[in-house]
Amino acid sequence: MFPTPVQQRSAAVQAGYTALLPIALILWLLPLLMVALFSIKPDTDFTQGNLWGWPTSFAGFENYARVFTDSAMPRYLLNSVFITVPTVIGAVALSCMTGFALGVYRFKGNIWLFFMFVAGNFVPFQILMVPVRELTLNLGLYDTRLGLVLFHIAFQTGFCTLFMRNFIRALPRELIEAARVEGVSEIRIFWYVVLPLMRPAIAALSVLIFTFIWNDYFWAVVLTQGVETQPVTAGITAFNSQFRAAYHMMSAGSIIAALPPVMMFFLMQKHFIAGLTLGAVK
Amino acid sequence: MTAQTDPQGTSWWRRNQMRAAPWLFLAPGIAFFALYVIIPIFQSFQISLYRWDGLGEARYIGLDNYDQLLDDAAFYTSLMNNVKWLVLYLLAIPGGLFIALFLNQQVRGIRLYKSLFFFPFVISQVVVGLVFAWFYNPSIGLLNPVLDLFGLGPMNVLGNPSTVTYGIIAAGLWPQIAYCMILYLTGLNAVDPDQVEAARLDGAKGLKMLWYVILPQLRPATFIAVVVTVIGALRSFDMISVMTNGGPFGSSRVLAYYMFEVSLSEYGFRMGYGAAIAVVLFLIMLVYIAFFLWRMWREEREG
Repeated sequence: MFPTPVQQRSAAVQAGYTALLPIALILWLLPLLMVALFSIKPDTDFTQGNLWGWPTSFAGFENYARVFTDSAMPRYLLNSVFITVPTVIGAVALSCMTGFALGVYRFKGNIWLFFMFVAGNFVPFQILMVPVRELTLNLGLYDTRLGLVLFHIAFQTGFCTLFMRNFIRALPRELIEAARVEGVSEIRIFWYVVLPLMRPAIAALSVLIFTFIWNDYFWAVVLTQGVETQPVTAGITAFNSQFRAAYHMMSAGSIIAALPPVMMFFLMQKHFIAGLTLGAVK
Repeated sequence: MTAQTDPQGTSWWRRNQMRAAPWLFLAPGIAFFALYVIIPIFQSFQISLYRWDGLGEARYIGLDNYDQLLDDAAFYTSLMNNVKWLVLYLLAIPGGLFIALFLNQQVRGIRLYKSLFFFPFVISQVVVGLVFAWFYNPSIGLLNPVLDLFGLGPMNVLGNPSTVTYGIIAAGLWPQIAYCMILYLTGLNAVDPDQVEAARLDGAKGLKMLWYVILPQLRPATFIAVVVTVIGALRSFDMISVMTNGGPFGSSRVLAYYMFEVSLSEYGFRMGYGAAIAVVLFLIMLVYIAFFLWRMWREEREG
């Protein structure tokens, strides 16, 4: 193990390490802690210049409740859910199939198709912006959640295919060969042999895509406008202009907007990190 | 029994499924991807040759848009800022490695520490941008009181054209360092303990050990860290939009933001000109994409 485990060092080093950990963490999260503190302060603290002191009264419940009752935030959150969940399902479903096709079959052009998905995934969004906006307008889907979902599914298929194909490559081929000898059709092999083995990959990808899409801002601004369709990342700007300079409210709003992926991460940590670090070790 | 040996009894599907199946599975994915990603890339190239406001008739003007870019001061500011982003964002890699080394211990509660150090990455860039904008804010932010402790400041990071881009990059580094950290933590987990022990017996330690024994084993993690960081740097848009809107006086624009501004904001719908900026950005990215694909192709041949 590197660096040398502290247990093998002197007692002083060990004590120093355990003391340093929380200090380092507080410094690391300082900007966020500041926002968390703001979000539980009453507005009088800001007018009286009590920025950093202890809140004169705990206004956490009040502030967070107001985010839900006095603003369009619930609507934005709901829009985010209706954009994120179908995208996750669509992108994972499509890439299970593309990953299977590219991972299992040998045919001419396989590697080039694979490279097309990989390359497309790295493309800057701006090169797609004008044509995709036009396409969405022409389909009559501009400023609808469906328009945003369709684009997200298509774009995420690039990354998901890369992920799924590499995962399937690492599965034992004997299983598929054995099923073929038995005369099982290719479709049934996909459904009954390979898909059950892909569960960990599906879980990891779902969590990752959920986070990516929930946090998307660019496409939300390009393809939607207004409270009926925009997800929370775009809605937060409208929220902030409603509560201009009311820092306790803006802080509470931001925390709520950021919370779903954070919860997803802490609940599904193992899958999340497995997905994110795929390929970090050889 | 007889049905299986009788070739007449098998359908077209049974005979050809090995050749047809991959295309069947690929069809929906390719159709979506082509429609929304591949074709639009070529369309953008085409649009960049036109003058078009997005509504009326598009007029072919050849390379005029690119010609105009050469005389556009805002374009050069954006390009310069992209270079700053690209270079400084790479600091996330040593930064992430440093924190990973710091946290790669087995003490009580270390798993929770790792998660808490990592989770800024999961927060949307929009919220990270807001959080840092308030942190820098001269009237309510924590930055100036902290600087004051060291006898420095006060400063208005986002209000000053010469510091604004660095301020946004620092905010961007926060989640990116977390990402690199998790890549390195996973990599460190897989480091071969025998090699470490052997090197220790040979008297290697500290930085020497890190450089000659550990880092070579972390190469896959470093490679991914470089790829995601470069792409993240060139994609930077959310934070600029949220923190400064490209200001003050356009000094914090990058190509990705400038392109959006030109095509879709109150400055007018100049789709052709925007597409030309996007093409430049795309060509820069293409260098990295080509490098990545080349490396993958080499690995595929070996594997």
